[in-house]
Amino acid sequence: MIYKLRHYFGLHRQNAIDAFDDIIQKPLASMLTIAVIGIALALPAALNLLVQNGRSVADSFDGIRDFSVYLKPSASLADADKLAESLRLRSSIETVKIISADEALKDFQEGSGFSEALSALGTNPLPHTLVVRPTEAADAGKLTTLADELSAKTNVDQVRIDTDWVKRLNAILDLLRRSVTIAGVLLIAAVIIIVGNTIRLDIQSRRDEIEVLKLLGASDGFVRRPFLYVGVWYGLVGGLFGIVLLVISALILAEPIERLTGLYQASFALQGLNFTSIGAILLGGFLSGWVGAWSAVSRHIASIQPS
Amino acid sequence: MIRFDHMTKRYEGGRDALRNISFEVPKGELVFLTGPSGAGKSTLLKLLACIERPTRGQVFVNDRNIGRLPNRQIPRYRQQVGLVFQDNKLLQDRSAFDNVALPLIIAGMHQREVGRRVRAALDQVGLLKKEKSPPRTLSLGEQQRVGIARAVVSRPGLLVADEPTGNLDPELSLDIMRLFKRFNDIGVTMVIATHDLNLLNQLGGKRLVLKDGEIDEHTLPEFKR
Ligand SMILES: Nc1ncnc2c1ncn2[C@@H]1O[C@H](COP(=O)(O)OP(=O)(O)OP(=O)(O)O)[C@@H](O)[C@H]1O
Ligand SMILES: [Mg+2]
Repeated sequence: MIYKLRHYFGLHRQNAIDAFDDIIQKPLASMLTIAVIGIALALPAALNLLVQNGRSVADSFDGIRDFSVYLKPSASLADADKLAESLRLRSSIETVKIISADEALKDFQEGSGFSEALSALGTNPLPHTLVVRPTEAADAGKLTTLADELSAKTNVDQVRIDTDWVKRLNAILDLLRRSVTIAGVLLIAAVIIIVGNTIRLDIQSRRDEIEVLKLLGASDGFVRRPFLYVGVWYGLVGGLFGIVLLVISALILAEPIERLTGLYQASFALQGLNFTSIGAILLGGFLSGWVGAWSAVSRHIASIQPS
Repeated sequence: MIRFDHMTKRYEGGRDALRNISFEVPKGELVFLTGPSGAGKSTLLKLLACIERPTRGQVFVNDRNIGRLPNRQIPRYRQQVGLVFQDNKLLQDRSAFDNVALPLIIAGMHQREVGRRVRAALDQVGLLKKEKSPPRTLSLGEQQRVGIARAVVSRPGLLVADEPTGNLDPELSLDIMRLFKRFNDIGVTMVIATHDLNLLNQLGGKRLVLKDGEIDEHTLPEFKR
């Protein structure tokens, strides 16, 4: 029994080795196929990398829920103080900071390089501002009600929730994440078609050989096996190439993501480049190579008969 | 061993290639199939190899109705029949050894046993020294001998050859035919189609003459059922 099993695995090992030799025998054509497979597998993985890192960028800003309350130019600093005091009494608000018009002007002059133009203006065009930080417990719905209530007050000109752009980033990331799924499905389909077509051409070019094998008593299964192994090799080697491409994309993404987050950890950008995604690429290559080869052999080998 | 029973073969869109054929070949016989071009010799051999199926009637080999063999069982049946072709049908990208080993590998034989059997078969056709050579580096006669080694390596009970000497000069042809005779002597049933009547006179065996899809009456008594 064990001897039989060993014999069986020996035959399969030989098939696998022969199939690999087959690929090496025609390096140019094989390399093109492998490159296309690698690119097709790396693309969704690279997109995924982008999305995952984008998420951590968004997460790192999640703590910022501040909103700015711009008062009308007619409101005085005392009005601002009064409003701030009343806001501080609320349970949903943690802190309120007043930025007076003068402070705002100073900040602006230092930060913008428009100091000359602003001095020429003579008067300060900037209003007093309150920076309101809600408590952790305040959810998005509460914040919106609060913002609406504040903008209705007589002294308030405008309320801007600073988390707006984080929300938008999250929406974009959500869109991207769905795109990853769609791209993944489409590109896997592409790999199946590419492998299927390569194997089909391979079968056609070895038609005579297949006829001889069948004359000598080979079953369809026997004839199929080497082609299935070729398909699996294409998928696996294409997957390895895809991983190389992915590592390169991660290195390219690393620097801008570090700048975005302000976190100087090389590993940060490599989120999404873990064993799971490497395993997924290899598994994707293996399966799509096998399915592609199977689709070719199941359609083309039975029809080849000696005459 | 072989029995044709009122067998007719008509190719699609053609006339009858073989018409109402009935004959019997006992085990261990050597049969030369002759007749003019287009008489149906190749067709008869293809029926024996299960490459074509009868239109009417039956073909039995070892009491199995091979005309009705399910597709699934054809590979196993072919593993029990040795085939030799005019153009030898060797795989050019493999050595003589690997070509001869094919039927054994297809049958799933163990590696060690394969090597032993292949060398024995190559030895029988006198080509043991050329086991590593690819077919195209061998002479036509040598290539045909590799083809014969491949046909007998799995020790089939029946060997079928379609004009095996068609591409060879008379001297080589005689060589090859003597080789067939040696395998026949150890009990292999053989059906060999050939044009070469001179050759037949130098060898024993029975002659089945086909004419226009029918068996020549004069030769039939020998194959009476
Ligand atoms: N695949 C086919 N389709 C249609 N007709 C065929 C086919 N094969 C053979 N025939 C016809 O069947 C008849 C017998 O052909 P077959 O090849 O058996 O003759 P043969 O005796 O082997 O001739 P040769 O000595 O030239 O090889 C011929 O008339 C041939 O044209
Ligand atoms: Mg013929």
